[in-house]
Amino acid sequence: MNLQDLMLGTEVWRAGAASAFAPGVPSGFPQLDALLPGGGWPPGMLTEILVPSPGIGELQLLLPALARLSHGNRWLAFIAPPHIPYAPALAAAQVDLSRVLLVHPRAATDGLWAVEQSLRAGTCSAVLAWPSTSDARALRRLQLAAEAGGSWGVLFRSGQSADAGSPAALRLRLAPTSGGIDVHILKRRGGWPVGPVSLDLRLDHAVAVPASAGSRA
Amino acid sequence: MLWLCLHLPDLALEIFTRGAPANDPLVVVCGNGRKRRVALCNAAARGRGIQPDMGLNAAHALAGSLRVCERDREAERVALDCLAAWSGQFTSVVSQTPPQALLLEVAGSCRLFGGLERLKETVSRGVAELGYRASLASAPTPLAASWLAQAGREACVIRRDTLAAVLAPLPLTCLGLTAKHSEMLHGMGVRTIGDCLRLPRDGLARRMGPGLIDILDRALGCVPDPRPAFVVPPVFASSLPLPSAVSTAEGLLFPVRRLLLELEGFLCARDAGTCSLTLSFHHAAAGTTPVGLELVAPSRDAAYLTLLLRERLEHIALPAPVEEVSLHVADPRLLAPRNLDFFAPAQAAEGMLIERLRARLGRDAVRGLGQVAEHRPERAWTYVEPGSGAVVRGGSGRQPLQGSACTLHGAGDRKRPLWLLREPMPLEMHGEHPYLDGVLVLGRERERIESGWWDGQDIARDYFIACSGQGVRLWVYRELAGRHRWFLHGVFA
Repeated sequence: MNLQDLMLGTEVWRAGAASAFAPGVPSGFPQLDALLPGGGWPPGMLTEILVPSPGIGELQLLLPALARLSHGNRWLAFIAPPHIPYAPALAAAQVDLSRVLLVHPRAATDGLWAVEQSLRAGTCSAVLAWPSTSDARALRRLQLAAEAGGSWGVLFRSGQSADAGSPAALRLRLAPTSGGIDVHILKRRGGWPVGPVSLDLRLDHAVAVPASAGSRA
Repeated sequence: MLWLCLHLPDLALEIFTRGAPANDPLVVVCGNGRKRRVALCNAAARGRGIQPDMGLNAAHALAGSLRVCERDREAERVALDCLAAWSGQFTSVVSQTPPQALLLEVAGSCRLFGGLERLKETVSRGVAELGYRASLASAPTPLAASWLAQAGREACVIRRDTLAAVLAPLPLTCLGLTAKHSEMLHGMGVRTIGDCLRLPRDGLARRMGPGLIDILDRALGCVPDPRPAFVVPPVFASSLPLPSAVSTAEGLLFPVRRLLLELEGFLCARDAGTCSLTLSFHHAAAGTTPVGLELVAPSRDAAYLTLLLRERLEHIALPAPVEEVSLHVADPRLLAPRNLDFFAPAQAAEGMLIERLRARLGRDAVRGLGQVAEHRPERAWTYVEPGSGAVVRGGSGRQPLQGSACTLHGAGDRKRPLWLLREPMPLEMHGEHPYLDGVLVLGRERERIESGWWDGQDIARDYFIACSGQGVRLWVYRELAGRHRWFLHGVFA
């Protein structure tokens, strides 16, 4: 066996070769896919999304991938969401509602337990969680659980936690723009931090309109 | 025919001790008044020098902290019934020989369980896990199998022609003769069954009556010996008294596991699973704590059910120590057989996650989402059972519609937020403008929703998409009636 044959095999991992990663779930945004290892959201790993203020479009960013995953036969779990995921909006984005699982734990520790169980079970394609903790040990457990269950774990955290280290395989920071968001990749496997990537979420209804124009009854 | 006999020599004792690992001396007594005698005693009592057939006072003298249980024949009968139902998983023909033996006809099961020896090992291990000690013996006739098991000979006789030789050394006590007859035989110098078989038949029949000859013939298979088959009851109910009161979840798990193993055997015999089971913890001071478990898909796996109940028990506050645990299953359901993939590892069923989460967090903490055909935004969705995800018709009907075939007149191609607030949040006003961490910039489009006059919950609102100072897109509305207040109703996220 010569070197060429070895390189063609799958046993040798070459740094910098994106093909060495498990194929990702296409995010629906080609500019973003180009930067993500594996060409999409990484299954079997933890993704951390840091948002300065909740609601700037972090769920819109995931929606195409969630819609795609919901047509498999695994659950999409929302654990301790801050508000009610609105069924008509999810359905309009082609998310199959019969695969959506809502979990409302009462205590924060129960929440982490539920996230870990869902990631580890292997019956969830994606687990979306809004953890209140920043304990690195807890996050490390979640990363291991995601690897064990082959589930894509998404943690939404506040922008302040950007400086603290994290065991998540992929970390993104979002910033609002007019009509979309800027995505900074803070950490990814097999590459340096890059960004920002500007994504258009087609949410430009509310921009630069004089307040008086809308307020007449 | 090949009969496997399970003889339970300590059944009368084990019904009291199998609820917890035993370490205190315990005796079972029978008789009354001054004639109370020790019928059986556990290992700890034996260690203090207590022997069966000893007077109770003598036993008290030997062990200070002796626990005394009155012999309970009814409980022994119930325990034997449960054990018979459990052993239905090994064969379809189970027969009871009260008070303390079971007969399993296993000629047809040997091959399935990998041979007679393997089957005996499996049965013996299963019985031990339930907390019983059994001696097992097999023989082509039921009587021979029970005699061998009773005598503690763990023999495996398969052929009928060797039966006489194997039975020959057994003592006459196995025969269960009357005192008069055994005395008579003893006087004749007959000590074993072999001695008995050597005597001339006609002479023996004349002296002892035809009963003895008949028993011997049945044991050797010369005449048929039909046995009534045990009928498995339709519902499962079993209880386990604890030797000492338990107040920790960890301590309860031990008896619960034994009950679940019993249940597993029972359901296996019926080829069934269950979707709901009820555990009851009985307290001494009166009162019972019921603990129900609901499953998404029928199951009978004792290990899995133990796992679920462990989560449940950790979160249950017991008002008092538990004296007895009982398990009840009312509706065993047929369990559809499942094919396992030869190459891929066994994939966990999707319902298992839901059951685990519900076991710890409660039933209402895990739900699915459904759509409702309604114009009013707060009524256009509903919680449903996970996995059903049906579209629900609005109004009183609430019947699921056929998935995507129906058009939802509510949403259309209008923009809807991904988050809906549980309750619309009133917004502060800065002059003319709604305010939330800064003056909100409203979008051009306005959507008027006026609906619900028929049920008294009518709304009349103008919805706008607004953008806050932090770049968050919000879904806000202004009342068309009353004080024209502004509310936040959703976040686009």
